[in-house]
Amino acid sequence: MVSIVDRILGPRVEPEEVSTHSLRYGAPGVLLLIARVLLLTSLFLPYWHMELQAPQYPDGLHMTAFLNALTGDVAEIDGLNHYIGMRSLYEAAEIERIVGVFIMIAFVVMLELAAYIHTRWAVLLIAPAVFFPVVFLVDLHLWMRHFGLNLDPHAPLSNAVKPFVPTALGKGGIGQFVTVATPGTGLILATVASFVLIAALYFHRRAYLPLVKQRNATAASPTSA
Amino acid sequence: MNIKWSTGRRLAVLLAPLAMCGFAATAGAQSMRDVETVAKDRGLTTADLIAAAKTYLPSGQKDEYLMFASGGHAGQIFVVGLPSMRLLRSIAVFTPEPWQGWGFGVGDKIIAEGFPNGKSNLWGDTHHPALSETKGDYDGQFLFINDKINARVAVIDLRDWETKQIIKNPLTLSDHGGTFVTPNTEYIIEGGQYATPWGSDYAPISEYKEQYKGSVTLWKFDRNRGRIDKTQSFAIELPPYWQDLSDAGKLASDGFFFMNSLNTELATGGIQDKKPPFEAGASRNATDFLHIIDWKKAEQVFKAGKVEQIKGFPVITLKTALAEGLLHLTPEPRSPHGVDVAPKGDFIVISGKLDPHVTIYSMEKIKQAITSRTYSGTDEFGVPILDFDSVVEARIEVGLGPLHTQFGPDGYAYTSLYLDSAVARWTLGGSYGSSTPEPDWTLVHKTPVHYNVGHIAAAEGDTVSPDGKYLVSLNKWSVDRFVPTGPLLPQNLQLLDISDDGTNMPVLYDMAMGVGEPHYAQIIKADKLNTWTVYPEVGWDPHVQNINPMAPKPKMERVQRNDDNSVDIYMTAIRSHFNPEHIYLKQGDTVRWHITNTERAVDATHGFAVPVYNITASLEPGESVTIEFVADTPGTFPFYCSEFCSALHLEMMGYLMVEPK
Repeated sequence: MVSIVDRILGPRVEPEEVSTHSLRYGAPGVLLLIARVLLLTSLFLPYWHMELQAPQYPDGLHMTAFLNALTGDVAEIDGLNHYIGMRSLYEAAEIERIVGVFIMIAFVVMLELAAYIHTRWAVLLIAPAVFFPVVFLVDLHLWMRHFGLNLDPHAPLSNAVKPFVPTALGKGGIGQFVTVATPGTGLILATVASFVLIAALYFHRRAYLPLVKQRNATAASPTSA
Repeated sequence: MNIKWSTGRRLAVLLAPLAMCGFAATAGAQSMRDVETVAKDRGLTTADLIAAAKTYLPSGQKDEYLMFASGGHAGQIFVVGLPSMRLLRSIAVFTPEPWQGWGFGVGDKIIAEGFPNGKSNLWGDTHHPALSETKGDYDGQFLFINDKINARVAVIDLRDWETKQIIKNPLTLSDHGGTFVTPNTEYIIEGGQYATPWGSDYAPISEYKEQYKGSVTLWKFDRNRGRIDKTQSFAIELPPYWQDLSDAGKLASDGFFFMNSLNTELATGGIQDKKPPFEAGASRNATDFLHIIDWKKAEQVFKAGKVEQIKGFPVITLKTALAEGLLHLTPEPRSPHGVDVAPKGDFIVISGKLDPHVTIYSMEKIKQAITSRTYSGTDEFGVPILDFDSVVEARIEVGLGPLHTQFGPDGYAYTSLYLDSAVARWTLGGSYGSSTPEPDWTLVHKTPVHYNVGHIAAAEGDTVSPDGKYLVSLNKWSVDRFVPTGPLLPQNLQLLDISDDGTNMPVLYDMAMGVGEPHYAQIIKADKLNTWTVYPEVGWDPHVQNINPMAPKPKMERVQRNDDNSVDIYMTAIRSHFNPEHIYLKQGDTVRWHITNTERAVDATHGFAVPVYNITASLEPGESVTIEFVADTPGTFPFYCSEFCSALHLEMMGYLMVEPK
């Protein structure tokens, strides 16, 4: 009788098998490790930059988003935004900034576990981290859309500036400002991690799928009982 | 104007960088031929174009040096960039100045600290700025300036370029002999000039010799607090000569300072009674007296308590000074202006206006003469006079009306010639001599200046390590140099290039100074300053250079009526609104109006101006100020931001409504 735990963990590989096919069985683990390192590193790196260029700010205004913080000339940008009635950027993605780091740590733990799970359940543990960069950008876009479309109608420049959707990546513009939004090193690392994880999944399935099938076939045959 | 082909090519090389920097981006088609065309049209010579190329700064490029010039009876400091000779800004000191919001609600208390004899006095006569020094070199931290008319000394912090302290000398009323600092800014030297009775009490001039006093004050500077510490300061009584410009010794002469004097004749004037006027009486003798004062010894005497309290201030009396050997005199050419110590401290250069020589004294010889008591006598107050010939190293005939001397890095000295209207370059001897091609102690060259030069300032030219490169001639008259500006003409500050040796020392630029009369100036390498572009934190009190915990903050704005019927207004300013905008007061309320500029952007300064109440403040980013007044006039007063801060600047206003009793 195969227990639930065994069903999830999947078949174990004999040590001799591992040593004869070290690349085949080692690859998923190594790739998962790389992804974990990339994601952990990204915690300390900026995820997103926004530069605002205007004549009277020769050095531009800079804003940097980390998973848990917003830094740079945020107060200055907020000060300017009040003219068009945009809420303070500190009010955006508050929950995300609180839980972001914990989610990332959870991902790392899940990837750690995934290395021990040889069934298709591993996909469930890996997939969230794969989609993380996309989710980050979609969330960012939704916040910017929300802020840009919900301007205070009583702001000084309400008549001059219509609600708009700021650009989450790439060039945009508002008033005399050109905005340039670029991904930060952290987001790039997380994106690389996504691809590494996809590769890890591929090698994972290539190594363990035959074993799972073999076990299932064995379990199905009456003689084994 | 005659540019030949070869000159043109030379020009092309010289001006190529200029052309590339200035025009490349916008007009790639321009060439040196266009420069020649412009030069031809405007009648510019090759030398003119070279001068232009040496001084022109394209937009955005910054000056290499800053010149801090006194403003004369404008009572301010003026700061000029070199080599562009652009006036960068003024620093309000003794005179209220509305653009900086100085003396119209903010700074009033500092100005009032200096009121002479308790009387309101809203101007000054600034003469000799002194940058703070470390080991005899400018350190870019503080600036001091004297006020000749009322004997006051001001301290300016060079982090925010604001006056922090004005201190009134309790003993004397004029201090042409200030300010000069000792090599580590231990003391700021302030020489009293026109003798008066102590504290300018009344005494008829017939009692001049008995009642009128000469003095020098040593103000102790507390660098940590950025203030003069009056409790650690003292004065030395001197004969009632008019002690004039000074300079602190350094290196070889460290521990001493030197001070010129006029009117050693003790003339008392009286032209109205057919007596010789001061101009004649005070110039009768061929020599006046150089004062040589041992300040390190004087400090010990002060610390040992050998002082008399006069006007509540400790004074080492002349008697004590003589008993302790603090003071020696030696003859100097009459009517002297500058006494300037050479970079190594070994020579002291003095020019007397009525003597065509510069006279160079040797510190080594002075020390020997003091030790061996080589006196030629004593003056009538018993002060020993060192024998002139025993202490003089050299005399060089430089021209008519020599005034002030500055130094280069290469063994050259420069002396202004008032009557000749020229700047003389001459060579130092001793260990300096080997670095000049000309022999020691020789006049090398004179460059005409326009006109009547007073002081000159060379880049770091009075420090232990002069930079050379630039020299500014601070000319008193401009006569025909500029478009007539009415009968009152601007001063002419001329920039000279002293980077070459020998006779090449051309004038590069004329700067009209139409806002004051700079006397002395000091030129410091701009990168030595650590200037703030915004105050370090929001809620900064510039007077204490720290956060004011009571400063209004965003979301804490309010009008608070206290039990004693005084009112505290806590207001913030940010583009483009004050908060609160409605202020209701009752006639007679005592008001403390606290305002914080919460901006962090460079240059986001807000003004705060209230009509009728004579209030205007300049709030730089982060600054918090408190303005106190009594709301004695009822009415409706629109207050507003007086600095064009933003697109909605006109809307940055509010109403002060004072309800009548």
